[in-house]
Amino acid sequence: MAQDGVTAAAHAPAPEGWQSFVSDWSSDKQTFHVPWGKAMMWIFLLSDTFIFTCFLTGYMNVRISSSVPWPNPSEVFALTFFGQSIPLILIAIMTFVLITSSGTMALAVNFGYRRDRARAASLMLITAAFGAVFVGMQAFEWTKLITEGVRPWTNPMGAEQFGAAFFMITGFHGLHVSAGVIYLTIIAMRIVNGFYERRGGNYEIVEIAGLYWHFVDLVWVFIFAVFYLW
Amino acid sequence: MAHVEGQQHPLKIYFWIWGLLFLLSAFSYGTDFLPDGYFRLGLILLFMLLKAGFIVAIFMHMAWERVALICAIIGPPTVLLVLIGLMAVEGDYTVLTRLDFFSEPPAPAGVEHH
Repeated sequence: MAQDGVTAAAHAPAPEGWQSFVSDWSSDKQTFHVPWGKAMMWIFLLSDTFIFTCFLTGYMNVRISSSVPWPNPSEVFALTFFGQSIPLILIAIMTFVLITSSGTMALAVNFGYRRDRARAASLMLITAAFGAVFVGMQAFEWTKLITEGVRPWTNPMGAEQFGAAFFMITGFHGLHVSAGVIYLTIIAMRIVNGFYERRGGNYEIVEIAGLYWHFVDLVWVFIFAVFYLW
Repeated sequence: MAHVEGQQHPLKIYFWIWGLLFLLSAFSYGTDFLPDGYFRLGLILLFMLLKAGFIVAIFMHMAWERVALICAIIGPPTVLLVLIGLMAVEGDYTVLTRLDFFSEPPAPAGVEHH
């Protein structure tokens, strides 16, 4: 392939200006020897990494620079069961839900490559269901904080920036989870109705969707550590 | 193409990592019951990095990818460490400035302000 590219380039007149720009980038060269969809998903996730890091770094900066005491997340997110207050329990359950969903997604990828359509699709739907549970718990958490008077610009427990950081970071992550639930459901439906069988039985898409889902779990690992535990 | 068959690995490794992630999450949650301080913060960051590493390496198959892709994806975010470092220093400076200028008790009348 490289040989053909060289000879073709030698015979064709050398392009100039924007033509040369296009020909340089589109010539017969390939850097990433993986399916293009996978490379593109990784590059998208790389850009998302920068967005989430900017949010978390901004949060770190306002938290360090605030001279007003920061609310203690361990108490803010405590729930009372049977008269006993358990610190951070809701967030811990959300963490376990998301990790469970990551496990089912990893299995779905494996069954996808074995062309075990029934198992791959049902594992993806289970993953999406865990994601929906996670978003539901997040809605509960938001409702609880809003009724307690927390707003993006103020909160009764201490530094105002707590509200801004909380709604911004968890909201953006929750949007990612919601989008993932829809994405996984669509791919699972297509596996069931034979969409990929008609296209040569290639189930790379399960791994690509899996990359997105694991990334959502990965971001939660960082949010859990720096926002809820710190 | 070396990866036409895609990423296929024995199921056993996924179950191992799954269990390990559960265990590490339990440890993470456990740090909430420790007294505040650098020891606790260190443990939080340690468990965070271990979990993130296992998810990226095994669940996202980065450990078996080609070096060109690994470098392209893992390399750029390392510059973010510089941003994090700068913002931490900047935050310290801001809070010290705020404490210096906003927390001072009002100077009694007649006393020279410095």
